[in-house]
Amino acid sequence: MDLVEAILAGERLPLARLLTQVENDTPAGRKGLDGLFPFTGKAHLVGVTGAPGTGKSSLVNQLANVFRHPQNGTLPLKVAVVAIDPSSPFTGGALLGDRLRMRDLCGDPGVFIRSMASRGALGGLARATADVVQVLDAAGFEVILIETVGAGQSEVDIARLAHTTIVVEAPGMGDDIQAIKAGILEIADILVVNKADRPGVENTERALRAMLELAGPEYGSASAFGRTGREHHGASGSGASADTAPELIEQGSGWVTPVLRTIGPQAHGIEEVVQAIFEHRDYLQKSGEWLDRERSRLKNELDILLQSTLVNKWNSQLPEGVYESTLARLCERQISPFQAVDRLMETRLQPCL
Amino acid sequence: MVERAIRVLIAKPGLDGHDRGAKIIARALRDAGMEVIYTGLRQTPEMIAEAALQEDVDVVGLSILSGAHMGLVPRVMELLNANGQTDMHVFIGGIIPESDVAALKKMGVQAVYGPGTITGVVVEDIRQAVTGTTVPFNK
Repeated sequence: MDLVEAILAGERLPLARLLTQVENDTPAGRKGLDGLFPFTGKAHLVGVTGAPGTGKSSLVNQLANVFRHPQNGTLPLKVAVVAIDPSSPFTGGALLGDRLRMRDLCGDPGVFIRSMASRGALGGLARATADVVQVLDAAGFEVILIETVGAGQSEVDIARLAHTTIVVEAPGMGDDIQAIKAGILEIADILVVNKADRPGVENTERALRAMLELAGPEYGSASAFGRTGREHHGASGSGASADTAPELIEQGSGWVTPVLRTIGPQAHGIEEVVQAIFEHRDYLQKSGEWLDRERSRLKNELDILLQSTLVNKWNSQLPEGVYESTLARLCERQISPFQAVDRLMETRLQPCL
Repeated sequence: MVERAIRVLIAKPGLDGHDRGAKIIARALRDAGMEVIYTGLRQTPEMIAEAALQEDVDVVGLSILSGAHMGLVPRVMELLNANGQTDMHVFIGGIIPESDVAALKKMGVQAVYGPGTITGVVVEDIRQAVTGTTVPFNK
């Protein structure tokens, strides 16, 4: 299988081309993933999320730089970056501009940057991001930095994919009540206050620390929210789509979420963030949480794939016109959505062709 | 299987600092449903070729207003070929004297657009170029 061999050998064009196939979910992409999957599971997946304009891309640029040029004499790590920007809901087009902030990484063969459009997915990632990350993992990248779309409050899919999630905040983005809402802040393994040369940095930092302390002074982490809280995502999955209520994200309780200040352009505070990333990795590995997270990530992926495959199969076996006529009756308010589903489920399927 | 989106790299090689044209084209292509990777000002040919490779784009659009196109374009073409992206569609926009257009096309440039070009023409040309030919997936 020479595509797999080429990628394992570090060839870049086959890698780039396979990523396209995987992103488009083609048969060639699936075959490539099948071949590469046994070689995955080695990379440290680091998510970087936060509101638009907080400086995620610049931070990713700086983090990658430190991984490539460690000051403490350790070996440089191979770094891949997957940067996701939103697709237009009207045209499907996208302007992918994260790369613009990452020009320091140009010309380094130990770095591979790939931009992705979200293509309608709402959780802050694209549907194929997990698969793209797997290919890069198999290709030998030791750290994979995943930058989400500019996230609001509930784009928390990154916490299901990444081992370590960094949430980036900037001064002046909201008060302490924003900080205790459920959602994006509580998925942080590391909180970064970027643009720390701006006024208001103390307030932001204080609000974040207060949020962490409220969560449970004995842990000093946000984990207490996770046990009682529910996610924003609809608890009622519906219809013929593959999306149902996602499982709650498992959270450990032994990690103290640090709050770190950075100034992107001056690379100020970046070493400390990288240090925290390494410490979090050690914590995950020692506590056994690394394996738990891997398992729940793969389970999540299996469930999503299974659901979409079942729906597709069912769709292809449903006699023509049944779905449309059911939808029409629903629109006329003759039946409720639940009755519509019952009716569809009771429809006799045609045998597979 | 997802419908295939056309991926375009819009880059400004060289030293001129005017990127309004590049941004207008990037926006028009986005509005036409394409995925546009915008790399910003002052790119070297090496940076452009590297981005085109990593992003596996179908099209590279270069915006050049500095007059250095006869130096920059051959270098970009050479690097794209060296990376194995021999099937790349390269388009150029900017201030390009009529007398250079034939030479640029001979290097493999698909079209050259001057000031006043209607963006719809660029969109159609790109769509034609990409979907009219298939990008082979081998290796």
